[in-house]
Amino acid sequence: MSAPATPPAATTASTTGRILPNRLQSPLARALRSWEALLLVVFVLVFAINSFASPYFLNAWNLSDATFNFTEKAMIAFAMAMLIIAGEIDLSVASIIALASTAMGLAMTAGAGVPVLVLVGLGTGLLCGVVNGVLVARMGLPSIVVTIGTMSLFRGISYIILGDQAFTGYPKGFGYFGQGYVWWVFSFELVLFAVLAVAFYLLLHKSTFGRAVYAIGNNATAAQFSGIRVARVRFLLFLLTGLMSGVAAVCLTSRLGSTRPSIATGMELEVVTMVVLGGISILGGSGTIPGVVLAALIMGLVTFGFGLLNVPGIVMSIFLGLLLISVIAVPRLLRRK
Amino acid sequence: MSILKKALTTAALATALMAQSAMAENVKIALVVKALGIGFFEAANKGAEEAAKELGDVDIIYTGPTDTTAEGQIEVINSLIAQGVNAIAISANDPDAVAPTLQKAMERGITVISWDSGVAKEGRQMHLNPSSSALIGNTIIKLAADHMPEGGDVAILSATSTSTNQNVWIEEAKKVLPNYPGINLVAVVYGDDLADKSYREAQGLIATYPNLKAIIAPTTVGILAASQAVTDAGLIGKINVTGLGLPSEMAGAVESGATESFAIWNPIDLGYAATMISYNLVKGTAKAEPGAEIPMGRMGAAKLDDNNEAAMSDPFTYDKSNIEQFKSIF
Repeated sequence: MSAPATPPAATTASTTGRILPNRLQSPLARALRSWEALLLVVFVLVFAINSFASPYFLNAWNLSDATFNFTEKAMIAFAMAMLIIAGEIDLSVASIIALASTAMGLAMTAGAGVPVLVLVGLGTGLLCGVVNGVLVARMGLPSIVVTIGTMSLFRGISYIILGDQAFTGYPKGFGYFGQGYVWWVFSFELVLFAVLAVAFYLLLHKSTFGRAVYAIGNNATAAQFSGIRVARVRFLLFLLTGLMSGVAAVCLTSRLGSTRPSIATGMELEVVTMVVLGGISILGGSGTIPGVVLAALIMGLVTFGFGLLNVPGIVMSIFLGLLLISVIAVPRLLRRK
Repeated sequence: MSILKKALTTAALATALMAQSAMAENVKIALVVKALGIGFFEAANKGAEEAAKELGDVDIIYTGPTDTTAEGQIEVINSLIAQGVNAIAISANDPDAVAPTLQKAMERGITVISWDSGVAKEGRQMHLNPSSSALIGNTIIKLAADHMPEGGDVAILSATSTSTNQNVWIEEAKKVLPNYPGINLVAVVYGDDLADKSYREAQGLIATYPNLKAIIAPTTVGILAASQAVTDAGLIGKINVTGLGLPSEMAGAVESGATESFAIWNPIDLGYAATMISYNLVKGTAKAEPGAEIPMGRMGAAKLDDNNEAAMSDPFTYDKSNIEQFKSIF
């Protein structure tokens, strides 16, 4: 009778607040050997090399301009990270931006003011998230197939509405989201990025919802049998990704001051790159938000630093590819020793 | 160890690049293109380098995104602003999306012009078109007339009957016809920019007008199809096909003689002229305002209209003498 007594004991231990350790190592040793520590080293290196390589790098305004390289992508990457940890993926995010931006353009033509435009953008993103969520979570279709489909679908609708035309002439106040500054060099987008980073940190690492996401990613069946409503969590994650794509759409449309159906083409791969570089296992189940934040900063700085030296874009892509592979390979090699 | 190795290679790469970019107080002109690795733009860069050599105190920064996206161009523009370049000359992927960033560049004292593919009016100081409708209209008639000393019948093979560009050019061509006595325009037909339909329309022209001396096709699809139709009918030397075409596609027709000559803009001249204009605006020797004439070195002067747009020149003529050089460019 002693065997069945053990599981209830463990459950009571966890409900009383003690966290079950993921690895049997001291927290400090774990932190030092973690992915995030490695990313931090890479970040410091990239920053230092850039400062030496270009006299224009260490300038508050230039660095502020550089943040636009990653803020919008990072906003989506936070939600995508949670989705990938849960073992799903959403490849339609860039197309959601196109559709949300087109919807905002239609609203603008109908004479909507700034608050309505923002609501339309966020609402369209959310609606697209619902479509993905219903198809994946309710109907049980594989997310990679569903979102490859909706990737064409959402952008296709934009192309039907706009063709080779563009929406221009957004109201003046709308420009604030993509071009405005909260204080000194801190742009609205940068501040929003920081706020969202904290919010997603709390959601993934400090809430039951976050624990459920990890549980589903590690073993969805086990999670289901431990009372986690797997389908509901998956559905909410797609909603969240859709919503964040809507947020990014508002920022990007505001920054460009116009909408074309080709807006944000190819951004989904950059977002996924950012997430994977951030140490989120593509197989699900592990990774952290601080990792994604560091990955966003590294990608932004590498792009900007190479841009300052006028390195052709293709060399940048090669470097990012190598960075991605080495950052993934190094911990695996270390672990093998 | 791998991190160390990476750091060392990165550092080496960075220093090598830095040494290259560190230069004296030259005028820095950035030629921003739609995407790197496109022959047309590589040729424009050649022209820009030629202008830089002629001017002496100019550094050309030839750059652009990997894909033809507005977002990529904005990242490039931001890094150019940060480097404090003196001028940005851009062929835009999107006339509107790059405008806010270019406005920021102008606010920070950078001269901004667009060329080839324009930017919305508020995002640039001036725009340089490769040519104008009037110049194109005149050129296509002149190309035919040059090889018809005794005059004769010509026909136009256009794209679709609703193609705005082609219709304007044909309109302009009709206006200049009285300047070419003996040239008789007998028909305008439409091949819809489809290779097979254009080919059949050309065959129709050949059958209907036995005295036809030239087919003028102001479209790259039409000119190619018409030269094929003339070749297949064995009428090389009797009917000359001309108009607007791409050197890479037309090389065969020029070599066989089906086409004596044809025209299209010259990307080398375009890069050259954009650089010259940027330089003059930076140096203050010219101002970008309606009616102004901005010197473009060997290309003459760019005359700005009410929208601060200018046409560079007649389309450039390609024939047996230069097709070899250009067919690998675009």
